[in-house]
Order: sequence, then C-alpha cells, then structure tokens
Amino acid sequence: MAYALQQLINGLTLGMIYGLIAVGYTMVYGIIGMINFAHGDIFMVGAFLSLISLTVLSGLGITSVPLALALTLVFAAGIAGLYGWTVERVAYRPLRGSFRLAPLISAIGMSIVLQNFVQVSQGARVKPMPEMLPGGIKLLTEDNFAVQLSWMQIAITIVTLLLLVAFTYLVTRTPLGRAMRACEQDQKMAGLLGIDTDRTISITFVIGAALAAVAGLMFLLYYGVIDFYIGFIAGVKAFTAAVLGGIGSLPGAVLGGLAIGLIETFWSAYFSVQYKDVAAFSILVLVLIFMPTGLLGRADVEKV
Amino acid sequence: MTHPLLSVEALTMRFGGLTAVDALSFEARAGEITAVIGPNGAGKTTVFNCITGFYRPTEGALRLTHASGATYPLASMAGHLITRRAQVARTFQNIRLFAGMTVLENLLVAQHNTLMPNVANGLLAVFGLGGHRRAERAAIEKAKLWMEAIGLTDRADDPAGSLPYGDQRRLEIARAMCTDPVLLCLDEPAAGLNPRESDDLSSLLMRIRDGRDVAGRCSLLLIEHDMGVVMRISDHVVVLDHGRKISDGTPEQVRADPHVIAAYLGEGDEGDDAVTEAAL
Amino acid sequence: MLRDAAVSAVIAFGLFGAMIGLKTEVGVQTIELTPRPYLVLAAVVLVFFGRLALLAWKKSRPAGTPKRGRITAVANKAGRYLTPVVLVLTITLPFYAERYYVDLGVLVLTYVMLGWGLNIVVGLAGLLDLGYVAFYAVGAYSYALIAQNFGLGFWTCLPLAGILAAFWGVLLGFPVLRLRGDYLAIVTLAFGEIIRVVILNWTSLTGGPNGLSGIPRPTLFGLVFNSSGGEGSFAEFFGIEPNISQRGIFLFYVILGLALLTNWVSLRLRRLPLGRAWEALREDEIACRALGIDVTVTKLTAFAMGACFAGFAGAFFATRQAFISPESFTFIESAIVLAIVVLGGLGSQIGVALAAVVMIGGGELFRDFQEYRMLIFGGALVIMMVVRPRGLVSGRTPSVSLGDKRHISADMMTEGHG
Repeated sequence: MAYALQQLINGLTLGMIYGLIAVGYTMVYGIIGMINFAHGDIFMVGAFLSLISLTVLSGLGITSVPLALALTLVFAAGIAGLYGWTVERVAYRPLRGSFRLAPLISAIGMSIVLQNFVQVSQGARVKPMPEMLPGGIKLLTEDNFAVQLSWMQIAITIVTLLLLVAFTYLVTRTPLGRAMRACEQDQKMAGLLGIDTDRTISITFVIGAALAAVAGLMFLLYYGVIDFYIGFIAGVKAFTAAVLGGIGSLPGAVLGGLAIGLIETFWSAYFSVQYKDVAAFSILVLVLIFMPTGLLGRADVEKV
Repeated sequence: MTHPLLSVEALTMRFGGLTAVDALSFEARAGEITAVIGPNGAGKTTVFNCITGFYRPTEGALRLTHASGATYPLASMAGHLITRRAQVARTFQNIRLFAGMTVLENLLVAQHNTLMPNVANGLLAVFGLGGHRRAERAAIEKAKLWMEAIGLTDRADDPAGSLPYGDQRRLEIARAMCTDPVLLCLDEPAAGLNPRESDDLSSLLMRIRDGRDVAGRCSLLLIEHDMGVVMRISDHVVVLDHGRKISDGTPEQVRADPHVIAAYLGEGDEGDDAVTEAAL
Repeated sequence: MLRDAAVSAVIAFGLFGAMIGLKTEVGVQTIELTPRPYLVLAAVVLVFFGRLALLAWKKSRPAGTPKRGRITAVANKAGRYLTPVVLVLTITLPFYAERYYVDLGVLVLTYVMLGWGLNIVVGLAGLLDLGYVAFYAVGAYSYALIAQNFGLGFWTCLPLAGILAAFWGVLLGFPVLRLRGDYLAIVTLAFGEIIRVVILNWTSLTGGPNGLSGIPRPTLFGLVFNSSGGEGSFAEFFGIEPNISQRGIFLFYVILGLALLTNWVSLRLRRLPLGRAWEALREDEIACRALGIDVTVTKLTAFAMGACFAGFAGAFFATRQAFISPESFTFIESAIVLAIVVLGGLGSQIGVALAAVVMIGGGELFRDFQEYRMLIFGGALVIMMVVRPRGLVSGRTPSVSLGDKRHISADMMTEGHG
C-alpha cells in the first residue's frame, strides 16, 4: 500500500512535467492544426538552458536555492521562448498554406536540427546535476518502507499549478487569449476582423516553448541527468498526453499528462521498466483508435 | 416503372442536442426525379448523408428496392457498399472531383469495382493476368460515351481541376453515373451555375431519367435551391423545414401549399436569390 | 535591410549566447563551464551576413516569378532522356568504379528501393507513414531468424521476409488507417518505436542490443562468394582468382534487381485500377467512398505493398551486413527515407532515385564531419520544404489517356484528408 502511494506521488509529479509539455502541443495544434514535432526538442533545449543557468549562478556565488531557481526559470523560459519564435518564423511560417505534408516534414527537420545543434554545441555525453533540494516530508512508514514527498516534488507541483492558473487566466480573460481562440476557430475570419494572426501564432509558440522550458528545468531537477536525446521520447509521450486529454483542450492536456505519468510510473513499478515506453506508445495507439476525441475533446463531425 | 425505389421511414438524426432531421418519411419512386427542397438549415444535406451512408441515422429506416425486388437497408450498410451493392451514387455540394487526375481517369476510378472485383484480381493484373485488359477497354468505352454526353470529349486528358465550374459539375454527375446507379443523389447540382449552364444541367438530368442519349438511366433525388430548375424537371417535390416534412406532392401542389409559402416567406429572402446561398 | 539583419543578429545572440557560449563539461564533482565567446561571435556574425545576403537576394529578384513551372517542365523533359542514361551508368558501375563506389552504390540503391517502396504509401496513396523502418526491421529480423533457426538460404527467405513484413503492415495498418494525416503519422511513428523497443528487449529471440551476427550471405545458384575460393565457390566454378570484391559486385546486382523490381511493380500498379484508386484516395477520400471504393482495403493494399518492399530491403540489408542490431532501425531511418521521397517529389520515380543519390551520396561527402552530418541533414530538410515543398520532380503523368499524355503540374493536385 505504501509502495503504491509512493508510486502515485511519483507518477503525479512526472505527470505534471508531461502536462506542461502537452499544453504546448495542444495549443499549437489547436491554432494551426499541425503537430509541432520540434516541441519535445524545445523542452530539451530548455533543460540545457536551465543546466547552464544554474551552473553560472552557482559560479557567481548565489547560494539561495529559491532565488537561483527563480532566475533560472525566467532565463530558461525566456530563451526557450525565443527558440520557439525562431522555429515558427523559420520553419513553419513560410509553409503556411502549403501542401499538407510540408510543415510536418519541416518540423521533423527542425527537430533533427535542434537535437544535433545541442549535441554539437554541448557534447553528446549525459550531463549529471547535483541535487538542489534534498530531503522532504516523510508521510508514513509501513514495513520499513517510508513514503516520501520530496521538496522537489512539492516545488514542481506548486510551480506547475501556478503556471496553469496564470495560463488559464491568459487564455480565457485577456484580449490575447481571445485572439488566440478566434484564430483557432477560423484564422481567415480572425484576420478579417483585424486580429494580427501572424503575431498571435508567434505568441502561441513562444508561450508553448516557455512552458516546455519550465518542464525542462523540472525534468533536470527531478531526474538530475539530461542529454540531447530526451526531447524525442518526452515529446512523443507529451503528445500522447495531449491526444489522450483531447487535442485542443488545455485542461485535457494536463489531465492527459497526469494520466500518462501515472501509467508510466505504475507500469515501471509493477511490470517492467524496459517496456515503459511501449506502454506510453501503446496508449497513444489505443486512444487514437478507440477514442480519437480524447477525454475532454470535442466530437468532430465529418463535414461532407 | 413506378414502384417505390427509396422509402424513408421516420428518419431522425440528432447531433448532440440538436435534432437536424425529425421523424421524416417520404418515398422516391423509380423513374422519377424527386426534389428535396427547403430553407437553409432544414436538414436536406443531413438526409442525403444518411441515405448515402456518411451519417448513421439516430432512428428510422431507409429502404431501397431494386426493380428485381431485392431490398437494401441503407441505414445499416457500410458507406462504400451503398454505392457498390445498393447502387446509390451521389455528388457533393462542394464539388469533389479528383482535381489532379484527368477527366478520363476520374471516370475510370468510378468503375473501380467493375474493373477490380477483388484485391487478388487487382494484384494479378500486375502480371497481365485476370482478364484486366478487356475490362479496361470496356471501361474506357463507357467513359467515352459519358464524356460525349456531357460534351467533354476533347478535354479527356486534361486534369479535372482545370475545367470550368459548370463542366466540373457535369463531370461529377457523369462520374457518379459510371458506378451504374439505380438512384443518383445530387446535392445542389445547379449551385453557382449561370442560366445557360443550368438549362444544360436540367436537360442532362432529364435525359438521365429517361435514358435518352446517355449511356445509363436511373432515378434521381436532388436537393436544390434553384426553384426554376426544381419546378421544371421534378416529378415529385418534398419540402422540409426545421427537419420536418411540411409538404409533399407534384411541383404544382407544392407551389400552392400555404405551409410552403409560409416557411419560405418566414425565412426571409429565400426563393429569389437562393442560388447564392451556399451553405445548408 | 541593415536594421533587419541587426535584429536577426541580436536574436542569434539570444539563441546562441548560452548554448554555444557556455559549454557544460562534466567535472569531477560538479558541472564546469567552458566559455567560448569567439564561437558565439562567429555565429552571430554569420547570421548577420546570412540575413543580409538573403534579403539582398530577395530584393534583386523580381516579385512573383513563375519560374517554378519552367524548372519543372525542364526537369520532366530531361527526366525522359535522363532515365536510360542513369540506368546504363548504374548497370555498368562495377566495371569502371572502384570497390568503394560499388559499396556506396549498394547503400544508395538500398535507399532508392526503400524510397520507391515508401513512395507507394506516401506518394501514391497519400498516407503519411513515419514508421516505415519497422517493416525494414521486420524483414531483416525475419531473414536472420529464419536463416539461423531453419537453415534456409537467402533466396528462399527473401519472399518470406516480404510476406511477413506485408503481414505486419496489414496487422498494424488495419486499426489505424482510418486516422487522418498527422494522427496516422504519429501512430506509425509509435508503432516503429514499439517494434524497436521490443526487438531491443526480447533478448532471447533477437539478441537484444547485441543484435544477431553470422547471418548467411547470399549465393548465386548455390555458388558462394568468399575470399578463399575452394569447393562450390563462385571463383572456383568460373576458374577465376577469388576476390572479396566479387561479392560486393554480386550484392550490387542483387539490390539493383530488387530496386528495379520495386520500380516495375509500382509503375505497373499505377496504370491499373488499384493504383488509380490509390491516387484517387490521395486526392479525395470522401469522393472515393461515394464511388463505392472500399477505402480501408485500398489503403491496406498500399500499406502492405510498401511494407513488403521494405521487408525485401530489410532481408537484403541483413544479408549484406551479416549482422543486424536495433541500432539500424531507429526513427531517423524512417525520417531519411521519408525525406528522400519528399525531396524527390511525391510520386515521382526518377525524382526519388535522384534524391537518394543526393542524400546518401551527399551524406558520404560529409563523412569527415560526422557530428555535423545530421545537423546539416535536418537543416536541408527545412530549407527544402521552404524553397521547394513539392520536391525536385513534381506533378504527375496521367495513368491512361486517349491522346498524348500531358504532364499535370503539382499545383493542380490536391491532398485529401487521408
């Protein structure tokens, strides 16, 4: 029982990270209807930026952990946002209105570019990171097994929830959010009504990338190791989360992320660690076949 | 040849909470042109999509009866089998031609099931087996007859997407006819046509009904906004409003029906410039 | 213009400042940073002048030139005369080229074959398959396992490998083929990864990460190729000096034959009802359904046919290497084959062949810059899509005609939602 409870905590924390990445997929899919294949790699870039920032800050003698984390969060999210903007500007915008496969292939190319750019600039070796927030709260002990809620997990949960609240406010209550939803409904019409669609789409990419970078920072802190390849697998899993939650739905993305995090953790704990990626991929396949609208997605009536 | 070809019985279609078609019943008789009319949003295209298998009706039955007496429950048949077995063909409101393929190719794709009865046959043809060559020649002959009927013989090798709008409409009808239907469903065939093209279309449809100067003959069911066309060619008119049937009869009877007049006037500017109304 | 370039340079500084400027090195206890300011400066300057050059070039070119159509027309005309020339040059390659080029030719031809196989799925039927490498893997492992466990030779196993791959294609394709474009892409990607992870972890059958080695080499009507000659060898039978390059040449002709078979079958299918239905499906799936075409079966045949050729190619790969491991079947392989198909121009046979030569042969040129190879590959994909999204040779020739066959430009063609 205690073991299961620990898995539940771990699964939810992992799910938060997937949820943050999934929000980026779902937003971009909602607004321009394409799978932003490079999104997982933006997450990876965010993790590297966080690593660099934390190392610089500790080199500068900033010992306060909350301060270092806050500065890193802002730095990583900002620069990753710039990456998101650049990717959209360079690889997707020129292809808007082009034939169906073009943006997807361009996105695959961008993903390869980002991966190999990081490999070339930062090296192919796995980067370890010393634990920043050791310790935690012991919730209960059963048969010598202590259920632990680490400070790290608490921090990840709080930051994720705060970001999601802020983000939900942005989408539902601000003019920018209204412009985004309008573009999602009908881009041409939104343009005719005076909404700068190019700018709105750019901002969507920037926000999605910033959230992915925060997820990257958390991944780095939580696992303590990163390499240039983490983006691919995490990206596919986060995409699965977005699909499971219902693509285009923001609460769905978070819900899907939590579900994928839990499934993966429990699968690894009780079945097999080697096949944990198979579990996530199989869920993707099953969801798409049997429940293509996801948990919270809108039913899509085929227009004839 | 006036047995009931298609009978629609208590057809109901709901999308979520919206009832698009509500307990609709009517019949289309063999050898006739039946028109389904009604103001925008009356549920006409939904009825069509149910008949041709694109939607599965929430309730009700759709029964098609061939001259041979065989009946087909359209509501429970897979989409492609409705065309293949029950022999119901259709065209679309927004033309769906294979734009990058030539006129001839479009007409050959429509004969797919005749040319390729099964997959094994299709694969054997790679090695020149399975009597494919003869079937292909016959298919081309049939395509030629239809190109002649719609006056597109000289454009046989041009991509369908490069044809003028009116020609595309006629080609789509010819393509549907190549599947050898007993019932052809036309979704606003006259939309966007100029008066001359609309006249040509009317005469083509009547020729198809009577089997005059064309390579096939079948009954027709059409949705149309152009009242001129409807009144000129229809043998039987069904009027829908808000998913229900409000009138049913000959063009003359329908025109005089106070319900119909009320429905159209109530909706506002229907009737005159209804042709320009694109969406249902 | 200067301002624009300056803005680009500032953005580049933002992008590269930390990532290039500060390299993280794994130290004894912690992470250490190595500052590299000059590299950042170089990158920023490069972006500045790159942007300037791009803007200048754009300005010098009159707006809205209809050049594209002319290039296509020329390429298509040239294609007619180019094809026999390329074919003759390829067939005679082992007679005039060194061993290195023959081996490179084998590699390129493997990708040509994969490209032509995938072209059936993506180019003709319009189904975006990102897990094509899975069937390549199925073919390779089928051959290796059957050969090792049942002692069957290459030529017996080859059709089996193809059939097994096609079978897997049908099995995987059946539930997912009704999904729309991008969803189908991501599901096929997931399938590709699932198959790879299973191969990687099913150690008792597949050898896991160590792979399978000692896979039998192909024979020519029972004659073996080896460097020592001896009883039953090719060299002994023909009374010539045994030389290991003979095997290379033999493999070259095997893959050439297989590739040409793929080409022949796909060209033939295109002119038949099945192939026409594939193209119709790519153009408009809903219209196909309305014409009574069984969309699922039609898609499945395309999927299975593509998988079958990947299976053949996989068996060839296994026999050529005599060793296979999961590493050869990663997502990046699928991406490379897809890139070849798209770069070549969807549906164009000669285009795909040229693209394979450019991509694989070109990749070899960058062999010395191993690290940068994939970076350049990814960049090339993006640039290709932006500059010429329809590929080198675009458009299609009608499969049947009454008069002259006229080329149909790509602008006419549409893709449905398949």
